Formats: sequence, C-alpha cells, structure tokens
Amino acid sequence: MQNSPDPALPLLEVRGISKSFGAARALQEVDFTLRAGEIHALLGENGAGKSTLIKVVTGVFPRDAGIVRIRGEAIAPRSAKAAVAAGIATVYQEVNLLPNLSVAQNLFLDRQPMRFGIVREGEMRRRAKALLADFGLDIDVAAPLGNYSVAIQHVTAIARAVDLSARVLILDEPTASLDRHEVEILFGIMRQLAKRGIGIVFVSHFLDQVYEISDRITVLRNGRLVGERETASLPRLELIRLMLGRELAETTSARASAGEHRVREVCASFENYGKAGYVAPFNLELRHGEVVGLAGLLGSGRTETARLVFGAERADGGKARVEGAPVRLQSPRDGVRHGFGYCPEERKTDGIVAELTVRENIVLALQAKRGLHRPLSRREQDEIARRYVKMLDIRPPDPERPVGLLSGGNQQKVLLARWLATSPRLLVLDEPTRGIDVGAHAEIIRLIRDLCNDGLSLLVISSELDEIVTYSDRVVVLRDRAHVEELAGEAVDVGNILAAIAADSVAVALEAHT
Amino acid sequence: MTALLPRRGLAQILALIVILAVDRVVSPQFFDLRLQDGRLFGSLIDVLNRGTPVALLSLGMVLVIATRGIDLSVGAIMAIAGAIAASLADTHSLAVVLAAALGAGLICGLWNGFLVAVLGMQPIVATLILMVAGRGIAQLITEGRIVTFSSPDLVWLGNGAILGVPVPVAIALGMLILTGAVVRGSALGLLVEATGGNARASELAGVGTRAMILSVYVWCGVCAALAGVIAAADIMGADANNAGLWLELDAILAVVIGGTSLFGGRFSLVLAVLGALIIQTMNTGILLSGYPPEFNLLVKAVVVLTVLLLQSPKLTGFAGIAARLRRTKA
Repeated sequence: MQNSPDPALPLLEVRGISKSFGAARALQEVDFTLRAGEIHALLGENGAGKSTLIKVVTGVFPRDAGIVRIRGEAIAPRSAKAAVAAGIATVYQEVNLLPNLSVAQNLFLDRQPMRFGIVREGEMRRRAKALLADFGLDIDVAAPLGNYSVAIQHVTAIARAVDLSARVLILDEPTASLDRHEVEILFGIMRQLAKRGIGIVFVSHFLDQVYEISDRITVLRNGRLVGERETASLPRLELIRLMLGRELAETTSARASAGEHRVREVCASFENYGKAGYVAPFNLELRHGEVVGLAGLLGSGRTETARLVFGAERADGGKARVEGAPVRLQSPRDGVRHGFGYCPEERKTDGIVAELTVRENIVLALQAKRGLHRPLSRREQDEIARRYVKMLDIRPPDPERPVGLLSGGNQQKVLLARWLATSPRLLVLDEPTRGIDVGAHAEIIRLIRDLCNDGLSLLVISSELDEIVTYSDRVVVLRDRAHVEELAGEAVDVGNILAAIAADSVAVALEAHT
Repeated sequence: MTALLPRRGLAQILALIVILAVDRVVSPQFFDLRLQDGRLFGSLIDVLNRGTPVALLSLGMVLVIATRGIDLSVGAIMAIAGAIAASLADTHSLAVVLAAALGAGLICGLWNGFLVAVLGMQPIVATLILMVAGRGIAQLITEGRIVTFSSPDLVWLGNGAILGVPVPVAIALGMLILTGAVVRGSALGLLVEATGGNARASELAGVGTRAMILSVYVWCGVCAALAGVIAAADIMGADANNAGLWLELDAILAVVIGGTSLFGGRFSLVLAVLGALIIQTMNTGILLSGYPPEFNLLVKAVVVLTVLLLQSPKLTGFAGIAARLRRTKA
C-alpha cells in the first residue's frame, strides 16, 4: 500500500479537459484535483458535466483535449478496464454486478483463484470472506448477490473495486437508494478507505450528505468548473449559488409585468395532491395567462410534480380540478383529454419518436386525442406541420425529415409544436432550454412569454434561476420532494429562491445574521 | 401511392425479379399460363397460391413487429383454426365454419395481446406459450387424428377460382387491401409506428399504446386463422401436427425481407407480402429445378442474407462513404 502520500503531488490531477458531442460542448477546460486520503464531492445540476467528466477520466469517452495524471504520471485509458488497471475504479448508482452469481464469484469475477484450470471455490470463498471482513461485513459469500440489500451490493462493488488495487475510487450517487442506516455504514467504510490513503470522488445531490462526509467540493456548471472549495469554509447558500449560477446582485429582473393586474381565472388546481414516496402532498393553482416556475435542486421533486400534474404518474391522494370541475388524472391520455401537454426533460427517450418525420411527430398528440377513427388527412397533417414549422422557425424547414436528425433545440420546438397543435389549456415544460444552443434558448423563452400572453397556462421547470425569474409570475420552490415555498409578484427573485432552497432552519438563521 | 410502395422497396423488387429470372432459366415454362375449367394454371399461379398462407401471416406479423413485438404462435393458431374448420365443415354452413375458426384466431390473438400489453410480458416468451400449447389444443380438437371433410363450400375456398384467379389468392389480395385500408385509412398506421418507434414517448403524447399493441396481436391471430382455414381447405383435411408447422419463421422472414425492422417503427404491408412472395418464388424454383428440396433451406438463407445486407445501414454507410470519397477525388 502506498502510504504517506506526498502532499505536493496530487493523487489524481485533471487539467484542461474538454469534450464535445457534435456541436454540444459537454466539458470546457475543466480542472479537477483529488488528493490522497480525501473525500472530494463533485457537484452540479443535471447536464453540468459530472458524468461526462467521470466517463472521460475512466476512459469510457475519449477526450478532445486535456491531461489526466495519477501521481504525476499521465494516463490515457481507452476503456473502463484500462482505467481500473491505472488505479481508477468506479461504482455506479446501478451496481454493475451480476445478481445471479454468488457474492464471492462477483468479487473475484475474471480473476478467480484457479488450480488445474478449475476454480477453487473454497479458496475463493475464504478470500471473499476475509475481504468483506475488512469492510465490517460478515455474510454468507456463497449466496447469490441478488439476495442481499442494495447497500450490501454497493459495499460488495466497492470491495471489489478497492481490491482491484484502486487508488482512486469514484462513487456515482452511491446513496440514492440507501436508507439512513445504510448510508451510515457506507460513510464508515468511505472514511476507513480514505484513512488508508485512497482518494474518493463522491457524486451526490444530497447536500446534507456532502456536508457530512466530504473534505472538499468541486462544482461544475454547464460543462465548466465554477469552484473548488474546502467544505468547511463553503456556506450552503454559497454552494447552491455556485451550482445554479448568477450573483444575487442581479436579481431585479427584466420580468415582463404586462397583465400584472389582470384578474386571471384558474385553469387547473390541485389540492393536497401527492403520492407517497414520490412527492409530498401539495396545493397548486395554475391560472390562464400565467407562468408558474418550479425551482429546486436536482431530485427535489420538480419533475415528479410535473408528472403528477400531467397524469403521467397517479396521485394517491388529493383532488384535481380543471376549470373548477373535479377530474381524475390516471394516465397521460387523461391529461391530454383535459387539454394538458407535457414536454419531458428527456427529449430523446420520452419525447420524440426519432425515426418518424417532423410532420408525424407534430401531429402525434393531436391524432391521439382525436382517436383512431378520426384520422387527420395527409393534407391536414401537411398544413399543421407547415404552420408550426414556420411559426416556431423549425430548421431545416422540411416537415418530411426524420426528427432524430434535427438539433436539440429544433427537437424541442417540434415537441412544443406537438402540444400547441392540440390547442392545450395547460403546458408543462420540464427543462425546456436544456442542452440547446444559445440562440434557440432565447427563442424558447420568448415563446413561453408569447404563449402565456395568449392565455395559456404554463408550468415550467428550470435549473436556470435567472431564466425562471425572467418568465415566471409565481415560483414554487421545492426541497426534498416537498413544496416548501411559493413566491409571487415582487418576491420572485433569485435571492429569495436560493434562500428557500437552502433554508435549513440553521441556514436561514445564519443568513439573517449576516 | 408513394406511401404504399416506398422507394425503399427497390431492393425487394430487384430481388424478386432476379429470382424470377433464375426460375425462368431452370424451368423454361415458368411464365406459361393456361386456362382450364375456368381457373388459371402455371408456375406463377402456383407461386401465388402456395404463397398465400405466409402472405396472410405476414400481414398480421408485420403490424406486430412494427410495435416491436413478435408472434411465434401463428403456426399453432393455423393448426387450431384448421382443426375447427375441418371438424365443423360437413355439419355446418360455410359462414358458421368461418366464424368459428376466425373467432378462435381472434381469441388466440386476444390472449397473446393480453400477455404482452396488459401483463407486460416479453412478446417472444408470451407467444411461445401459445406456440407450444396451441398445437396441443389443435390435437385435442382433432382427437389426434387427421380429420378430413368433403364440404364442397370449404373445398371451393381452397381450390376454386374467381374469374380464373384461385380463391386463396383472391382472399389474400382482399386481405391486403382490407388491412391497408384499415391501417392507412385510419390513424392506426401512424400510431402503431409511433408506438414501435418509442413507446414511452408515444404514451406521454396520449397514444393508447396498450390498445394499439392488443389490437395488432388480435389482427395477427385473425390473419393466422384465415391462413389455417385456407391450408385445411387446400388439402381437404386438418393435420394438427403439421399444419402451419414452422410457418411463423417464414412469416417473420417475409416481414424482415420486406424491410420492417425487428426493433419496430416503420412498416410496409405491401413489402411484407412481397417478402412472402420472394420466399415462395424461391421454394417453387428449387422444386422445379429438380434439386433435392434440402437445398431449399441453404438457398433461402443465402437470398435472405443478400436482401438483408442490401438494407443494412452499416453497408449503406460504407457505400455512402465510398461515394463521398469518389466525389472528393473527382
């Protein structure tokens, strides 16, 4: 074991890493430094570049530029296996082990102790037992891994990774599916490993856990490094500001105040609406001609709220009303029938049908709403497609092009067109500007305002706080899968949102003093 | 018209022409037609006639595959429908016989669709159940014997002619037109393609993906039952052990040759039927050539491989790169 690490020489050094996917720049000159024996949290919202950075460092993706050094020695792994050989092991949220094999077999897969070409089962079990004992686990290593809890599977994965002579251990959201007690066990093991001189990269969106376990924090935003701090000297509010961007100073926004005094009728309302283990019951009123923003960190329950409102997920309690009349929202079909539309965050998997044309993607929801026996004629389809391609400036302006060949921003516009064609009363947009270029970004924000002025009701999720402040009349702030605050009118500004997100009672008290 | 016969059908049409030309070489009388007792005869008619069961199967199968599914039970459904038709033929009217047989196909389709759409089973496993059990059911119906019949109505269905065209061929053509009208005349075609292309996205767009999947399995069952009745009528009897045996594989092959991806999405009814004809043209050609029928399987494999290679995006990719290189050089 390489003990007594030379503090001058970092364990893992990443310098100037850049990575693009087509025109989209996922990482731009990112630096990252991991010292031996430290637990280093890597933070950022969805799309900030955390997983891309991990995949570039571990050789899953080739990098466009930059250097990775381990103890001063440059490495360029071409595969995850090569990265392991260089001493970097990764344990992903979804454990990449084989649940049908025994714990021992999983630990020694690909390197079983052999004699005369036969696996020495007894020897393997003995070693497995000894290895896990180091991690405080005393379990039957001959039993299939799948019989054990996710926590034990995680520990097994970590034990395997460390035993493969890892010097750097990357844990990607390791606590997402663990309960409180299991998290404690995992943290105990992490501290023990750190003491042995292993450097641990901890990716998580549970800020409480980050503060509990990590020594230092690196924050990425939009593919760039925005800060590297000692955990102890980084207040929570400051951290959230780093993650979500923008300075508090520029909070007075250019928010359109048009129609501020107009009395708006309620379009849809939700009372005590929620689902156990998904989102805590909430009250929400959506009015015509109004944009309601949903703000909060990743995993705070924003998307979950959107799915409940649309009907993609069934609520287990509460009442929903549309234009005052009680309704049941059991499926997306119900949502569509009541005039709702939903542009999901994952455009590729949940939004577009890549192989079908722009025209077919645009008319899909309208056709589904009309039903099988009332098909839109080809002429009607062409007309609808042409109208929206022109209105939203979809490029290239060819309705017969497979939508999978369009850029992200144009795909987003096609999805918007799909719902606008159904003449909805409520549109739910989940991260409508994610992963699209700057020009299209501004256009979509303008479009949101225009639609709102036309009397549509909009519920918009975004991680970009200054963006949400720009178009929202009200902002609902979420934390830990619950709605914790609703800001309206003058109170809608980045500072208030950040404060609401950060508000532990402690953080609030601290802020009040400063 | 372009929607019915897209440009991507070129590979299939070329393949059919090549195989027909080869058939002409091995059998000079291949294109000869003669009219006898008000019915056309000749190798071409033979191809169409023999190709009917697989063509009918492929009409249902192509829709199932378009939803990213597969139906292995169509051969067994043929056996069930044939057994029912043969058992009832001499005691009941043709209408009752057809209703009973097609009704059985519909129930089989509902069962498959229920397993896949409602219970969420993997299509290949779900339909394997009926593939195995179905033949057993057919044997129970025939009590393990080969049931023969002499009902002239049912015999006509297998051997008669309408305006010189054999009845099975007329039925297959009718079914193609009917299916085409239903699928492309309603929104079914678009919604099936969307469901197969991206089920999650389609569901979120409000498409009733379950109903869509259920209905294609039902249609597949009905088409298979009709094929079973025709096969029984052809031989004037029902053989529960052999009727439709392995034809599910020919039907899948026909669909794949027709350019519909096993990953679902875009499909073409006409090209699937064309695929069935390609298979039958090969079979007949080999039979006429005098080679032992064992060659049939090998030749079939080679032709299928060729057609699939012509469609493979990788190969087209290579061709595209080659073309670009040539252009840059020029």
